[in-house]
Parts: sequence; structure tokens; C-alpha cells
Amino acid sequence: MKKWRFLILIYFLNAVIILWTVAPYLWLIISSLSYKIDLLTVPLQWIPRRLTLENYISLFVDRGSTSGNVSLFLASLRNSVIVAFSSTLLAMSLGTLAAYALARLRFPANNLILLLMMGGQMLPPIAIVIPLYVLLRSVKLLDTHIGLILVYQSFILPLVVWLLRSYFASIPSELEDAARIDGSSYVGALFRIVLPLSAPGLVSVAVFAFIASWNEYLYAFIYTNIAAKTLPVLIGEFSTKLGLEYLRIAAAGVLASLPPVLLAFIFQRYIVQGLTAGAVKG
Amino acid sequence: MKALLTKVLNTSRYLGLIITLPSLIAIFGILLIPFVNSFSLSLYQKDLSRPHLDAFVGIGNYIKLLQDARYLNSFRITLTFSLISVFFELILGVGIALVLHQRYKGVGIARGLIILPWAMPSIVNAAMWKWIYNADYGALNAFLHQLGIIDQYQIWLANPKAALALIILANVWKETPFTAILVLAALQSIPAELYEAAKVDGASAWQRFFTITLRLILPVVMVAVLLQTIWGFQTFELAYIITGGGPFSSTELITLRIYAQTFRSLRFGYGAAMAYFTSLVLLIPAVAYIRAAYRAIVEY
Repeated sequence: MKKWRFLILIYFLNAVIILWTVAPYLWLIISSLSYKIDLLTVPLQWIPRRLTLENYISLFVDRGSTSGNVSLFLASLRNSVIVAFSSTLLAMSLGTLAAYALARLRFPANNLILLLMMGGQMLPPIAIVIPLYVLLRSVKLLDTHIGLILVYQSFILPLVVWLLRSYFASIPSELEDAARIDGSSYVGALFRIVLPLSAPGLVSVAVFAFIASWNEYLYAFIYTNIAAKTLPVLIGEFSTKLGLEYLRIAAAGVLASLPPVLLAFIFQRYIVQGLTAGAVKG
Repeated sequence: MKALLTKVLNTSRYLGLIITLPSLIAIFGILLIPFVNSFSLSLYQKDLSRPHLDAFVGIGNYIKLLQDARYLNSFRITLTFSLISVFFELILGVGIALVLHQRYKGVGIARGLIILPWAMPSIVNAAMWKWIYNADYGALNAFLHQLGIIDQYQIWLANPKAALALIILANVWKETPFTAILVLAALQSIPAELYEAAKVDGASAWQRFFTITLRLILPVVMVAVLLQTIWGFQTFELAYIITGGGPFSSTELITLRIYAQTFRSLRFGYGAAMAYFTSLVLLIPAVAYIRAAYRAIVEY
């Protein structure tokens, strides 16, 4: 009897949790597929009787503007893809080496470097956004992909080093030791043994880095203007402009959230591991 | 030459430094040096719109800051925003984790879905809630109206108190999963033997909950609270998009104030002082967090 009551309570709470988690996002998706007029009815129809892709199509096809222009949405999408992939790639290349050194090699100041990485992760972006602006302006990297990719290293690189370091440290070092005895160098052991063994770790850290740079708003908002404007910045512009079609914003929001949301669902297990490793250990 | 290279590459102390160097240069160049620059910038009057007045003012900007009613107001609002957010993220996060820790059919679905708000771009989160709060078509009005809680659609974001509360709600929705995921992982790492031993010793369910469960998840909860406080202070786009800081500056978070002073009024020196002062306040939870995390790593 008591067991039954407990189960009913648990299932009720489970339903509340799912509803609370999914309902706002579901409403965004429903809105993005609706006709505006259908959303005006009182009382509101939560499940629309008819759907449309018009809000999505309008993002890709520039109606009424001068001919030949790529739509704003496509241009920003392109910028986002370039910046997120390049930032991830750069951080992974630099970070793998540093993480390996911090996990395996004994050298002066390695603990200090570890502390610097962690401290760096904690620095509020708002504290460096102003001097970085001055710096980017002086080297003419404002509103460029390269400028943004470099700035993104400030939060992706510490994250990558931090997560990969704990991943490398969790791999037993016997195989490497054996390879070293057989005459392989440290770098040889890294590429032939550690990296292949760490494939799942590398992928999950790369996913983290990609999501972080894809979602970033503040730096992109301040440092890009036209040429390198990313998707989050465009969505921000859409939603602060009065009179812009809400449903188009909803459609753009759904599309912009799809890559990180899908990646998070696919790599769920690794993400959860990474979150706990990143927080319990740093 | 080749022998020297081989020797360097095979000596852990040289190789370690060499392959860490690129990352170190990057971290110094884009993080640490700008952070120090930020401080020196904060000691100057540097208005891009009035460059002829640029001058060293020492701690002048900081003195001005502490008398700036609008800055102090934004500080107070940020503190309120962060603390209330963290409070609810903690309660809901631990609550959700406790439910998802149970074994029942379908728990996997909820555990999987919970990651959704975490993964969403924060800007989409802001746009989404702005749409929900919309006075004419918003889901919030429709929902409350259908439940009979309100009899007329309200312009929620025109009310200072409601606006702040709604921004907090949007933040809590996005940030709670992080706490929930951390706490759930901590719950799952508690060995079952502990509970059995306590049961044998005659501890009641409540006693077991307080002496085992709560005590063992406390370190993780502390970490979540510290991180969420730090992140709460850094929130920008939620307020910027949903309310723009209004009505009557009631949702003007510090980051919005800094942005307006620096990039709208072009007072770079004063903006830097604001940003630096805010970071100094954040240093307290950050150091507490780094100490805990660093200890965990160096010990093992």
C-alpha cells in the first residue's frame, strides 16, 4: 500500500519535471510552425490545427530585398559554423598538448599552470571585454572571424585543458611506459597510444567546446558587427527590434538551438561526466 | 643538433614546458594580460568621445563608482537576481535530482530531457521567454487566463517587480539542470552499503536522508552554489533582451550598466572600473571554488 502511494507520487513528480523542462521549448517549436492568426485566439489553442513552414522559409529566402543578397540568416549561420568549428579545432590542438603535459610530465610550475587555467576559467568575461576590445581594434581584428576565434580561446582553451587533463590522468600509464622502454618518445607515445585510447574523451571535450562557442553571445555581440556576425547576435538583434515577426524569431531560435541540443542528447553520457568532472574537480 | 633535439624531446621537464607554451601564450595574451590591462584602464579617464580629456585619475573612477546611484542600484539588483536564482536552482535542482535518483520505469527519459535547457544557447532562452511573456500573444497570459488566475491579459514586463521575477524565472529554468545533474551524479556515487548499515543500526528513513544523503551531497551542492552565484553575476543577455534593463532600471543588471557606460557612452575608463570592481566582488566565491577544486585535484 505504502509502496503504491510512493510510486504514484514519483510518477507525478516525474511528469511535473518533464513538463517544466520541455514545455517552454515545445511552445517555441509550436510557435515557429504556426500561423500568426492562430496564436491570437482567446482562449489560446495550445495544439494548432494547422502547421506551416513559412516562418522557416522566410529565413532562407530574402523576400523584397535587393537581388542576389544572401539572407542575413544564412550569412550568420555561415559565420557561426566557421567560428565554432575553428575555435574548437584550435583549442583542441593547443589544449591536447598542454593537457598531456599537465597529466603526465613532471616539469617546473606545472601546478601553477594548472591553477592559472582554472583561475582563467573563473574570470568574468565582462572584466576583459573592454581591454580586449581596445586590443582587437588596434590590430584591426574587430568584426573578423579570426578575432572572434582568438577571443573564444579565452574560455574554450581552459575548459579543454581542464577536461582533457583529467581524462588523460584516468588512463593507466603502463602502455606508455612500455612504449617508452621500447624507445618511443613522449610525443610518439602521445600520438600512437594516448590519443587513440582517448578517442571518446577527445570527442566529448570537442563537443563541449563546440557547444560553448556556438552558444556564446557577449563577445560576439560586442566584437562583431556585419562581416562576422554570428547567429546568436542576429537572434538578439531580431528580438530587440520592435515590430519584427515573433514567429520568425522563434524559427531562427529553434534552428540555432538544434546543433547544441542534438549534440547534448547524442553525447548525453559524456556531457554528464564532463559536467561533473569539470565541477567537482574544477 | 639532432641529438640535442632528441634529448630535449625526451626530457620531461623541457618537453612539458615546450608543449604547454602555446596554450600559456594564448591564456596570457587573451585572458591574463587583458585582465591586468583592465585594471590600468580603470585608473584613467578615457572617453572615446572626448579624447582630449584623457588623463590619469588614480582611484578617481572607483570613488565616483561608489557614489553612482545607478551603479549601486544595478549592483543591488544583480545581487538580488543572483541570490534568488541560486536559491531556487538549489531547491529545484536537489529536488529534481532526488526524484531522478529513484528507480522507476521511464526515469531514463526524464534524465535525458533534463539536459535540454543547459544545452540551449542563452540568447535563444532569452528570446523564448520574451515570447512567452508577450502581453498579447504570450503563453504566460494565456495559461494564467485559462486557469482563471487572471481575468485580463497583463503587461507583465511593464511592472518592475514582475519583470525582475520573470527574468529570474527564465534564468532558473536554464540553470537548474546544471545543479540537478551534479547532485544526481553525487547521489549515484553514494555506496548502497552505507544505507544498509544505517538501516541495520535502526536509523529511520529521515535519519538516513539527513545523516547520509544530505551530508554526502553537501560538497557538490556547495560547488554548484558557488558556480551559479558567479554565473548569475555575469548574466547579460537575459535582461538585455527581455527587458533591456527596464522598467525604471528595475532589471538593470551590472553587466547592462557596464555595457551602456562603455560601449554606448564610450567611457572606457569608467566602464573598466565598474567591471573590475564587480570582478573583485566575484573573487570571493571564485577563490573558494578554486581552493576546493584545486585541492581535490592535487590530492589525487
